[in-house]
Amino acid sequence: MTLHVDAPLFATRRRALQLAGVAALAAVLAPRMSLATEAQVAEEMKKLFGSKAMDEGKVKLDVPEIAENGLVVPINIDVDSPMTDADFVKSVHVFADGNPLPQVVTYHFTPESGKASASTRMRLAQTQNVIAVAEMSSGALFSTRAQVKVTIGGCGG
Amino acid sequence: MISRRDFLSAGTALAGLLAASGTGLAQAIGGQLTQNDLLKFGRIGTFTILHITDIHAQLNPLYFREPSINLGVGDARGVPPHLTDIAFLNYFNIKPGTRDAYALTSEDFTALARSYGRMGGADRIATLIKAIRAERGADKVLLLDGGDGLQGSWSSLQTKGEDMVRVFAALGLDAMVGHWEFTYGAERVMAIKEKAPFAFLAQNIRSVEWQEPVFDAVKTFEKGGAKIAVIGQAFPRTPISNPRWMIPDWEFGIREEEMQKQVDAARAGGADVVVLLSHNGFDVDRKMASRVKGIDVILTAHTHDALPAATEVGRTLLIATGSHGKFLSRLDLDVQDKKVTGYRFQLIPVFSDVIAPDPEMAKLVADIRAPYAKDLAREVGRAESLLYRRGNFNGTFDDMICDALLKERDAEIALSPGFRWGGTLLPGDPITFETISNATAITYPACYRNTMTGKQLKDILEDVADNIFHPDPYFQGGGDMVRVGGVGYAIDVSKGVGQRISDLTFLKTGKPLEADKTYTVAGWASVAQNVEGPPIWEVVERYVAGAKTVKITPNASVKVTGA
Repeated sequence: MTLHVDAPLFATRRRALQLAGVAALAAVLAPRMSLATEAQVAEEMKKLFGSKAMDEGKVKLDVPEIAENGLVVPINIDVDSPMTDADFVKSVHVFADGNPLPQVVTYHFTPESGKASASTRMRLAQTQNVIAVAEMSSGALFSTRAQVKVTIGGCGG
Repeated sequence: MISRRDFLSAGTALAGLLAASGTGLAQAIGGQLTQNDLLKFGRIGTFTILHITDIHAQLNPLYFREPSINLGVGDARGVPPHLTDIAFLNYFNIKPGTRDAYALTSEDFTALARSYGRMGGADRIATLIKAIRAERGADKVLLLDGGDGLQGSWSSLQTKGEDMVRVFAALGLDAMVGHWEFTYGAERVMAIKEKAPFAFLAQNIRSVEWQEPVFDAVKTFEKGGAKIAVIGQAFPRTPISNPRWMIPDWEFGIREEEMQKQVDAARAGGADVVVLLSHNGFDVDRKMASRVKGIDVILTAHTHDALPAATEVGRTLLIATGSHGKFLSRLDLDVQDKKVTGYRFQLIPVFSDVIAPDPEMAKLVADIRAPYAKDLAREVGRAESLLYRRGNFNGTFDDMICDALLKERDAEIALSPGFRWGGTLLPGDPITFETISNATAITYPACYRNTMTGKQLKDILEDVADNIFHPDPYFQGGGDMVRVGGVGYAIDVSKGVGQRISDLTFLKTGKPLEADKTYTVAGWASVAQNVEGPPIWEVVERYVAGAKTVKITPNASVKVTGA
């Protein structure tokens, strides 16, 4: 369960799903603007993390290979951590490299969170990468990425 | 042309070879192929699995030509089921011109079809299943359907699949999964699930709002003393390939991790054998078999592949039973100390001419068809050339549909969906309303007519191509390439998304299709809601009635490279 979120406060999983897509609201409401690029995502990350190295692993990002509805694509994040005072996940940042605003949501955790997991839904306008970066209490960074395909559909037989 | 007698003896010779290798089709021993030859089987197992799939509601025997182009990409390149014709025959050690070659490939199809006749038919399948149950005892036989059974004919469309529910109930089906079934809408599928005397399984469907399972994931059976867990997998891309608005509250997906959990739970619950009744499609199943541990058998479906031997991936067996009722798969498993220790497999071709129709099923089929008999029999025109659908690119039946769209909807370009189902007509065969509906009977049949720019058209072709030729099967959407009338193009299947299609040509002028220019496009089977236009079967019937005879020369406007 997540305690602190920059976007809405998700008290429960059900509540979280009711609020699904809120995190991506900015993208929905924004006037048509140019889409982000991988370079912009790199720039955003640099602002947040400086030039600190990122490792792979620890972060599990669960997204569909192909979006069934690009307006509300479900994402689940789980970070492997004991979540003790000495060793916990401070935050998880989610980026999408093909959306107008590449930084989608940031979740903050404390040891009291119990586990570092979160779920939401986001809008994806086109096929793109979703990137999750976990910042540990030690300052270490772990990231993972997954491509989500957004297609016109049809013709299946 | 090969005579019927030669044909049968050729089959006999082949049978010896396959018997020696321990796998293969049902074997004919002696001169004339008989029903008993089709039923001959090696050593029996602890229990028997019978698998039917993708029947597409075909109650009567029909012709169905297997693809001549069925390209695999990535790891699937050049391996079964992505082999056709001579390559397929060589791989499985089958002689050209034999009955097995006829059943499994498009090689010399017209001549062999005339020699060997139609395949399938619910009454023939019933005869085979009854005979195997009589041989083994009903308590040792599990009968499973891999989906796409309840859709694809006029009677299934009119009854929303009820015709096939009655047939499956009469066959004594134990469980099924779904894909096209969902195009009858959520409410209808739930009604079938509640009422049918067999299980409707799907581990991979969740309610959108609560992420709760909509269907039972698994059902456990006891056969021959073995405990068998059957896990169901619906077509993962149903809401993308077919109208999502018909099932708005359900989310699908492959859900590989949940699959592993189901397998582990089944084992923990004491299952001796874990069977995945899947509508993933063969390549997705092959990948899943390499990643999910502990599945003994995957009964594949969706991609309509018919393979005369089981495919082994690690300790998992993949079975591919074909489509349209052409085949019945029999798999006998030996179970010792709660483990599968051996198997025998036979892909039994349902040659309708040598199997006695089961009288009860024949009566049920006649009853089901009676209300529509007059419409079904209505002769609209005649085929002057082979009309078939299946293949990665254009089939001649689809070319006829595209011609109908261009003419009857007064369009410059026609788009027709890459469905894999629908029967084949031989030169000289009547084109009846039934044969038209067998290729068009869907719940979203409206023929739209609108305009698109050349760029929009290219984007559509690129998107659909990526659904078929993405090198990772988990990113594929299923189906064959969208059929196009009025436009030619080149495709390099080895390229990435957005890079495969080139040389788009507007066939009317022979000039390149212009990105910014607007063209009039007619098509059908749009997944959008509230599409307007006449149903496709009306458009095709009008066209065929006007043309009287239909002759289609194989489409040369699609150039394929990179295979």
